[in-house]
Amino acid sequence: MSDDLSEFHDVFFEEAEDLVETMEAELLELLNDASDPERINTIFRAAHSIKGGSATFGFAHIAGFTHVMETLMDEIREGSKTPTPDLVDLLLKSTDGVRAMIAAAKAKDSYDEAIIATLKSELEKRLGSGTDVPHTQDSPIPGAAKAASGTHWKIQFRPAADSFRTANDPLAILQELSKLGTLSSRALLDELPDLTQYRFDEQYLGWHLDLHTDCDEAAIHEIFDWLDETSVVAIERVTDASMAAGQSTAVATPVPVAQPAPALIAATIVAEAAAEPQTAPSAPSPIVSPVQDSAPARKNTDPDAKAKSSQNTSIRVGTEKIDKLINLVGELVITQSMLTEEGEKLPAELAESLKEGLAQLQRYTRELQESVMQIRMVPISTVFNRMPRMIHDLSAKLGKKVDLKMVGEQTELDKTVMESIGDPLNHLVRNAVDHGIEMPDVRREKGKSETGEILLSACHESGNIVIQITDNGGGINRDKVLAKGRAAGLVGADEILADAAIYDLLFQPGFSTADQVSDVSGRGVGMDVVRRNIQALGGSVEVSSIYGEGSIFTIRLPLTLAIVDGQIVKLGQHVFVIPLISIVESIQLDRKQVSSLAARGELYRLRDEYIPIVRLSQLFSLSDPSNQEQLMVVVESDQGKVGLLVDDLLAQQQVVIKSMESNFRKVDGIAGATILGNGRVALIMDINGVAALARTSRNGFGQAA
Amino acid sequence: MHSILIVDDSVSMRQMVGYTLKSSGFDVTAAEDGDIALNIARDNPTGFDLVITDVNMPNMDGISLVRELRQLPQFQYKPILVLTTESSTEKKMQGKAAGATGWIVKPFNPDQLIATVARVLDRT
Repeated sequence: MSDDLSEFHDVFFEEAEDLVETMEAELLELLNDASDPERINTIFRAAHSIKGGSATFGFAHIAGFTHVMETLMDEIREGSKTPTPDLVDLLLKSTDGVRAMIAAAKAKDSYDEAIIATLKSELEKRLGSGTDVPHTQDSPIPGAAKAASGTHWKIQFRPAADSFRTANDPLAILQELSKLGTLSSRALLDELPDLTQYRFDEQYLGWHLDLHTDCDEAAIHEIFDWLDETSVVAIERVTDASMAAGQSTAVATPVPVAQPAPALIAATIVAEAAAEPQTAPSAPSPIVSPVQDSAPARKNTDPDAKAKSSQNTSIRVGTEKIDKLINLVGELVITQSMLTEEGEKLPAELAESLKEGLAQLQRYTRELQESVMQIRMVPISTVFNRMPRMIHDLSAKLGKKVDLKMVGEQTELDKTVMESIGDPLNHLVRNAVDHGIEMPDVRREKGKSETGEILLSACHESGNIVIQITDNGGGINRDKVLAKGRAAGLVGADEILADAAIYDLLFQPGFSTADQVSDVSGRGVGMDVVRRNIQALGGSVEVSSIYGEGSIFTIRLPLTLAIVDGQIVKLGQHVFVIPLISIVESIQLDRKQVSSLAARGELYRLRDEYIPIVRLSQLFSLSDPSNQEQLMVVVESDQGKVGLLVDDLLAQQQVVIKSMESNFRKVDGIAGATILGNGRVALIMDINGVAALARTSRNGFGQAA
Repeated sequence: MHSILIVDDSVSMRQMVGYTLKSSGFDVTAAEDGDIALNIARDNPTGFDLVITDVNMPNMDGISLVRELRQLPQFQYKPILVLTTESSTEKKMQGKAAGATGWIVKPFNPDQLIATVARVLDRT
């Protein structure tokens, strides 16, 4: 279809994707509970909307496919078909097909036509009767094709009684007809009632019309289009033969004009009006005529109406626009704090009103920053909603029974974080089904219900989002994990580990406890990747488990990547920011607890564990005599706890992250930079990077553990 | 300027129809289902010059909306068009029975839409 619609494509794609998701979610619910008619309605509507949109925006193949889905849903809706699991499964596969076609259309790519064709014929087989394929070609433009010149048409026209009430004024139709050629009319007054019973908005008249025109029958039908089925309209071409016969064979029965007198007045008025077009110029003209300001301006000035219309509306904005806004607000925050600091320097009597203004500026800037950040926040349901389908397919494949519960789907987090958490979360949930939940017979033997349960929950906790995946499956066999860890050389033969440390082995590269490698979770590849991905987002993942009863995976993530809660620390003359989420505790350094091992560098005995010490001043080559290194900040890195030696702890505050990579270049151990209130630039530490750097530098002395 | 109320639960359709009509100089108000549209209509003392509504929508469908609108004095004689798909003759008839003026068959392109709107506004 026309190319000028392409600007709406993005909106259409997004909308269609949403609709596919809706369809999928409702189909899954349908498996549990087929009784709710609204559910079927929703699926039907979704298919219908995709069909309508894709046809409008020129994706005939998607329209054709969804049409069959829609028809099938319609049959289910009307009760002529039952949504058996088998059928729902097919519909689910079809949603995948639609999704693939949308993705292909979006990427201007091709899709697997064979799969779509197979699905479509599968769907069509289920249809009650034969299908009617929608025809998606453009409708002919009115009056485009012309018949031989000067054809004579006889038209019987009796508009429905409610024509005035449906805004189908017969006079307007007669006028339009007259534009097609030469029109002569004869009014039929037979149905005019007694004047006492005459209703002003009832249509009583009929007409015999003779039209001589160059236009074809379609053009005439077009004018009667909306009346065809409720009003008597008979259109007949008068051939020479029928002329010769002297009479046309009109369908409707004309009635003699003889009428009771009282009705005559009204009848005459209407009949005259109807006859008037005869004298109008008869050049055929296309119907397209953009309406100019012919009517008095009747703008909708009711503020209430406007408010109501915007109540439930939202607009879609490109994320780059929002990011630009966030960036600008970040700059504004910095400028504002610089101004505030400058303001502080001025004598009070000179700057009272200026300070007031600055205080206000500070308040509004903070509000502005919060509101702008809020724009990027989306509910985690987008990610959660993919899980039911995945679990459905996976448990069917494995022959397990799994019930998924979700809590806190509306918990909001940054869109970027949400997009990146999808894969790790998917992996953990797959793991829970594959390795966690036992086979039904095993569960029965254990005295558990055959159906395993997985709980997916999300909530906010002190500036972070906490996502938990809880299963009531077999749990983690601590001894088996430890044995594997020893076998893999991850744990020394006589090393004794706390439970947490043992479970932590699961996240080590190349570790897998599944005796049987399945194609579902693979060869244990992934848990280390899962942790790495989560840590790349500034988050953490940990697991706790009771053998035989189940496991809980807990993911903690910052709500946004644009700002971070940071601890500002002093190192000589420099300041650094340590992300608060990584900090376990900060302690006064007790030199007696430091021991130096040739192979492992300096270790600090913290209660009953030994943690490596990282001298940041050395690491970043900042050593100067003023270094005191009297405090140790214990942070959690992907290699376990690490103690960072700093001179002093300064404020804790939210800082706006500026990318080093896009402004300078990637620097090992540094996650980004920020500008503090006093205009100073502070570097934000990348804790994992710092730990890795420290390990490399230790390797200079000996072999790392 | 003619005022037009468009009712469709699909954002892309609302945008396409709204944009097309606005760029032809119409004053367009959009609603995303029958319920919202009816509220807007009730609060509009003069009525819109034209209402274009989708049929399949959550909350209140297009057919019910037409029926309800015809009960409002300011919409009694106003043109109302329903958006239907070609396959649903039944919907066209239901729309007519509810009091719709006519229909626009999906899919349509902007030119066809403008032509139809111009035509129906010409008639009234």
